[in-house]
Amino acid sequence: MWLFNSSIGRKVVMSVTGVALILFLTFHASMNVVAIFSKAGYNMICEFLGSNWYAVVATMGLAALVAIHIIYAFWLTIQNLKARGDNRYAVTTRPGEVSLASQNMLVLGIIVILGLLLHLFNFWYNMMFAELAGMETMYAPTDGYNYIVETFNNPVYVVLYIVWLAAIWFHLSHGFWSAMQTLGINGKIWFKRWKCIGIIYVTIIMAMFALVCVMFACGWQAPDAMADCCGGAAEACEKAAHACGGC
Amino acid sequence: MAKNITVTVKFWKQNGPKDKGHFDSHVLKNIPDDTSFLEALDIMNEELINDGKEPFVFDHDCREGICGMCSLYINGVPHGKTERGATTCQLYMRKFKDGETITVEPWRSAGFPVIKDCMVDRTAFDKIIQAGGYTTVRTGAPQDANAILIPKQDADEAMDCASCIGCGACVAACKNGSAMLFVSSKVSQLALLPQGRPEAAKRAKAMVAKMDELGFGNCTNTRACEAVCPKCETISNIARLNREFIKAKLAD
Repeated sequence: MWLFNSSIGRKVVMSVTGVALILFLTFHASMNVVAIFSKAGYNMICEFLGSNWYAVVATMGLAALVAIHIIYAFWLTIQNLKARGDNRYAVTTRPGEVSLASQNMLVLGIIVILGLLLHLFNFWYNMMFAELAGMETMYAPTDGYNYIVETFNNPVYVVLYIVWLAAIWFHLSHGFWSAMQTLGINGKIWFKRWKCIGIIYVTIIMAMFALVCVMFACGWQAPDAMADCCGGAAEACEKAAHACGGC
Repeated sequence: MAKNITVTVKFWKQNGPKDKGHFDSHVLKNIPDDTSFLEALDIMNEELINDGKEPFVFDHDCREGICGMCSLYINGVPHGKTERGATTCQLYMRKFKDGETITVEPWRSAGFPVIKDCMVDRTAFDKIIQAGGYTTVRTGAPQDANAILIPKQDADEAMDCASCIGCGACVAACKNGSAMLFVSSKVSQLALLPQGRPEAAKRAKAMVAKMDELGFGNCTNTRACEAVCPKCETISNIARLNREFIKAKLAD
């Protein structure tokens, strides 16, 4: 099977899984932004993606994508180290064309995995897993909104999440166009285009994630969440926004 | 005006592929900076021989940048910091500062075992060409040169790909020891022409399979290869090879 035993085949697997994960990130970022505008809307999505069979199946598919991407990454890296030979150069230089990200995809990838584990612990464990396992949690497993507020109330998590997002940005700044190159959808002109499209696209997605992170860290509440906590008196609530921030 | 400079050459000594290898150094005094780098190494070898030492072994042949025989990883750059699109033999001493230490290393890659010092065995590239880097020609009466019309743009691009001299700088520069720039250039030079199309799928599969078999690494698109290629081959060739290979495999 060429996807296992040829170098280009293995790279194709990396590219296809990588692009699929970028598409997932796009969906995830769009979903997160809802939390800024509406608590009810965000929690509705959380309920929809709770322990329903389709959400569980999709999660398993996603986990498989991540696992394949990681396994192939280590496999390729080990092969590449072997191909490099036993002796290392005494003096090395990095030409301007070569980005730091492209040379450190595995390191960035490992940072991304660590961030992912933290993220699963903060959210998935309390939500989908709790619902499936029937575990007792602080908030209802479908109350994703309160988990966002809770998590980003802690400045340590905010910093860790921003570092994580930055690592994903660097990983994708190379990964996006590199995937197109490996799939052969590239050339002299499209190289510049893919690179530009990739940077813009990835920056937008990461900015969406970071926006939610930073806004909730600064104490932002969705309008309907504020209305809730003040007993539906929206106008009074806006005036008393500061006083009610802690509820 | 040419001036004379003094440099220290730190060069790699290794007695065959199994030997561990080490650096030796030699001070080259009063070298006119119009001297080519390989001439300076010749002078160094004369001095080493006069001192009763073993000369430093390195590859070279045409010394005019077309044969692809010279190699050398000079101060961290394959073929040294020459003008863009030049080989080691086109590197001159004026590119170095007076008193500088010049570190000279071989191409370091599992695919290119060291024969001695900085001379490496690049027959792996010949094996890849033998696997499919040709067109099968039925000999007979020669046909008219214009019987097959080829757009000028395609002919030019094929020529650019064919200008790859197979020196191996791409493998030397690549952190993965990948030979993709070489293989893709050799696949492209034929894939771009109508004469090469009938065997294009077979060629791409055979050459990639040979490349993998010989232990070259997997391309991760760092672009280090195109940055150092003395013939300015670009990674758009690699995209073309990927395309040819994927198409061929999907058609199977």
